[in-house]
Amino acid sequence: MSVVLLVVIALPLLGAALLLAGQPAAGAGADGAGGRRAQWTGVAFSGATLALTVALAAGFDRDDARSMQFETDKVWASSLDLHFHVGIDGISLPLLVLTALLTFLVAVHSLGTVPAGGSTNAYLALVLVLEAGVLGTFAALDLILFFLFFEVVLIPMYFLIARWGTPGERGPAAFKFILYTLLGSAVMLLGFLLVQAHTGTFDITQLTVGAGDGMSRGVQITAFLAVALGLAVKVPMWPLHTWLPDAHTAAPTGGSVLLAGVLLKMGTYGLIRIAVPVLPEGAELFAPYLAAFGTVGIVYGSLVCLALLRSPDGDLKRVIAYSSVGHMGFALLGIATLTPQGINGALFVNIGHGLITGLLFFLAGAVKERSGSVLIGRIGGSLYARAPRLGGLLAFAAVAGLGLPGLAGFWGELLAMYGAYDPAAGLDRPLYRVLLAAAGIGTVLTAAYMLGIVRKVCAGPGLGAVSPVAAEPVARIEPLPDIGRVDVLAWGPLVVLTVVAGLWPASVLAVTDPAVRALLGGGS
Amino acid sequence: MTVAISPQGMPTASAHDSLSLVQDIDWAAVAPPLALAVAALVVLLADLFLAGPRKVWLAWISLGGLAAALVLLLPLNDGDTRATFCAPANPTTTPGCSYVVDDFTLVLQLVLIASAAVVVLLSMPMTAPRPWADERDVDSGVPGGEYHFLLLASATGAVTLVAARDLLTLVVALETLSLPAFALVGLRRDGRGGEAALKYFLMSVAATAVLLFGISLLYGATGTVYLDRVAAALTALDPRLETVAATGAALTLAGFAFKVAAVPFHFWVPDTYRGAPVPVAAYLSVVSKTAGFGGLLLVAGIALRPYAHVWGPALAVLAALTMTVGNLVAVRVATGSGDAVRLLAWSSIAQSGYVLVPFGTAAGEGADLSERLSASVAYLAVYAVMNLGAFAVVTAVGRDRPTGLLSDYRGLLRARPAPALAMAFFLLCLAGLPPGLMGLFAKVTVFQAVVAGGTGWLAVVMAVNVVIGLYYYLVWTALLFAPPVPGAPPAAEGTPEGPGTLGAAGALRVPMPFALAIAVAFVLGVVLSVAPQIVLQVLTVPGLLG
Repeated sequence: MSVVLLVVIALPLLGAALLLAGQPAAGAGADGAGGRRAQWTGVAFSGATLALTVALAAGFDRDDARSMQFETDKVWASSLDLHFHVGIDGISLPLLVLTALLTFLVAVHSLGTVPAGGSTNAYLALVLVLEAGVLGTFAALDLILFFLFFEVVLIPMYFLIARWGTPGERGPAAFKFILYTLLGSAVMLLGFLLVQAHTGTFDITQLTVGAGDGMSRGVQITAFLAVALGLAVKVPMWPLHTWLPDAHTAAPTGGSVLLAGVLLKMGTYGLIRIAVPVLPEGAELFAPYLAAFGTVGIVYGSLVCLALLRSPDGDLKRVIAYSSVGHMGFALLGIATLTPQGINGALFVNIGHGLITGLLFFLAGAVKERSGSVLIGRIGGSLYARAPRLGGLLAFAAVAGLGLPGLAGFWGELLAMYGAYDPAAGLDRPLYRVLLAAAGIGTVLTAAYMLGIVRKVCAGPGLGAVSPVAAEPVARIEPLPDIGRVDVLAWGPLVVLTVVAGLWPASVLAVTDPAVRALLGGGS
Repeated sequence: MTVAISPQGMPTASAHDSLSLVQDIDWAAVAPPLALAVAALVVLLADLFLAGPRKVWLAWISLGGLAAALVLLLPLNDGDTRATFCAPANPTTTPGCSYVVDDFTLVLQLVLIASAAVVVLLSMPMTAPRPWADERDVDSGVPGGEYHFLLLASATGAVTLVAARDLLTLVVALETLSLPAFALVGLRRDGRGGEAALKYFLMSVAATAVLLFGISLLYGATGTVYLDRVAAALTALDPRLETVAATGAALTLAGFAFKVAAVPFHFWVPDTYRGAPVPVAAYLSVVSKTAGFGGLLLVAGIALRPYAHVWGPALAVLAALTMTVGNLVAVRVATGSGDAVRLLAWSSIAQSGYVLVPFGTAAGEGADLSERLSASVAYLAVYAVMNLGAFAVVTAVGRDRPTGLLSDYRGLLRARPAPALAMAFFLLCLAGLPPGLMGLFAKVTVFQAVVAGGTGWLAVVMAVNVVIGLYYYLVWTALLFAPPVPGAPPAAEGTPEGPGTLGAAGALRVPMPFALAIAVAFVLGVVLSVAPQIVLQVLTVPGLLG
């Protein structure tokens, strides 16, 4: 059965290779038959990958979610002590399915619209390589292998932004993305090597059981600093987040969805899987800092969003990007409590944020396509009147994003804050209470800007009236194309899962909780 | 005299042998450089008898000599250490042998010979009148016979250098490597080649003088030229001689630092690479540099090991400077003049810095020094593949687009998908990012050595440098995939012209030897990315440096 996991990682790569080999001759338009074939190839391979991850989830032994399943362990380069060691437990399984789902939806979305910039084949091939990198990261159980898959996503994401992004801003944004995250992962690699130099192994499962054995407190602190710093760039943690708004704003819709939906999760996943259990003493020392920076991110992210909403050229995608900084702040806060509740909360934030922000970016892309602008001042408002279903859906996603109970955004934030109320023994309890209060204020601010989006974009006068918001002097409110068939296919699953995860949180928590407890239990 | 040396390095020669004044030579051990020397002479003679189109045979003879040398390496790879040209052992000293074939020698000889063969492939259209050469190559006017003779002679020096185990053989081999290289740089009959050669010559001669001075001081202090005896003498040195020995050590290392183009001994590199024919630049940046590092590894790792606490920190600073200066200037070249060969020159300086990094950890624990230095050997092997690959594509592209600017590479994917994809792969290998896994593994190896050695600051400097380096490699890679400039003449594709004719409107034709060179480097690169253990096994060879 373990071969299924290998196929899950290899299948997107195979699809990418086929797409690149089938590259139509230069000059053939993206709309030609070649482009159609590429779109269906992308859908087929990402769909097959999704089906296999669902099969993995079905075959996953839920009663034993704490231990690794579908494991493969082969020596790759013995001199480096590098093993091709992959496997999944309750922590990685939901993220694996989320990744396959979002990639599939991006491929489906490409059936309707392919961003201009290059050949359809190359676009979908890059998306598939990206998927393989993320899936590999969530399955890797060897530090070097984890690092390797972590790096695999860089080049495809760079090209997705640099070639298919918004003209004018994509070049610098793409460089900023790749240089920032590479610096992070290079520092992370140093931490991994330090761990190996003292423990003699790169194997994550062994290191988790060892829980810091063989490393002095000083080594653990140094290694944690390096690993967490590298991962914090990816999360992104305030103040290392500055690459993110530019990258999100410049990226094409599919790129933004994947960037927010799955790439950011690699950072929080790495903290949960590696930094905290492998380096417990380092984690204990730095947890308050992580929590503080996370909380600053929550408040800062929402304040920036509010400012962007007020500014005449606030960018809808930029608002969503900064909202990601805030949401990931909740994940950081949850992790930094070092409690099962907090870490479960962080994992739930990951899932919820992946679904909701993925949907928000899809919708922002749709609004941009239809109204011709992504600047809030120029979209023109009145989306309820111009495209009622699109407007309704945007309002739904915004409300889910503010953490309304009953939707997927709620449970993660609640659990993270619950963990902060009662952090692990040895952590400064009053500090966490203060942070909890600040995070609480952050949720209010989040609600303010999310509703602000609804007010500025969705609400407004009816059809035929003169637009009060649009920049043009006299602009009539005209109808926009509403949700099409492809859109229903691409967005429907996200809506359904947002509701399901909100009403039935146990669907995720029952899988993650045993694994989280096993992780925190470590050797003790 | 042939001395069989057991893996522990203890001599098993009888006392009778060691008193004999007539030396037996282990011909098998010296066969690879000998084959190259013979091939060099054959090329020189054959040049007299071959005329016109038949001069293409010169290149094939060159390749044949290199192939023979490769084959002659095979029987040496039996796990035993062979030593020849040995001084008689006496009770107070360790055995002194001038020429030793061990795992270290074999690995580097393999890299050197294979790299030289790729350079010969790259030189073919430039030196052969037919069937590949055409008016584009005639301009360069490089005489084939002399060119291949000099190349083989220089390669002989390189191959000997990594087997040398005494200071004098090292110097002689180094000069055998360098003297023909000056001529190679200047062989092109235009002003630029002459200027580049003169610059290279003057700097090199100065470095040789420094090196010889250093060696004479070391000899004066220790009374021996054999590397292992120098090490033994340095550990039990008369305190009054310590200043002399330390000065000698510093000057010797400075001489080698010039060869490997370490900052601040790097000034000759960009101008020399730019002025030389591109295949010669490839030769200098791979073969000459690998041999130079071989010498540095031998001198630092064996002879001067007792002074590791002195040269370790010094070389750490040198490594940090080398990669930082190399990368920063490369970024300036990429954003400024955009000269492809100059960019590769600065990039190769930066890469030298990465190779130097394991040296910088030497001050740590002395016991497993050779284990850490073997990371440099692994990096050199990988560097040879990726850098030669990049130079091969630059040679091929430069033939049709002689401006040699990065902008020539815009839209190369449309015009020539295969070389463009290969170039992207080599550049990402040099940057150390997937899919260039080979380069990534090499960098991880160096990082591992430096973290194990406990030189944290150097690791951080290198991490920052990897990020800086990514910038210009990525600029170049992105150009390959960028759409062609609107308004530029469309690249003519599939025009029914024979090989070796000028393609219309800048279309790129890749002659067979170039295609072969690129393919060899690409296949090797892919193989080493999938199965890095092939190279990385040098890390776990016990006692790679004796």
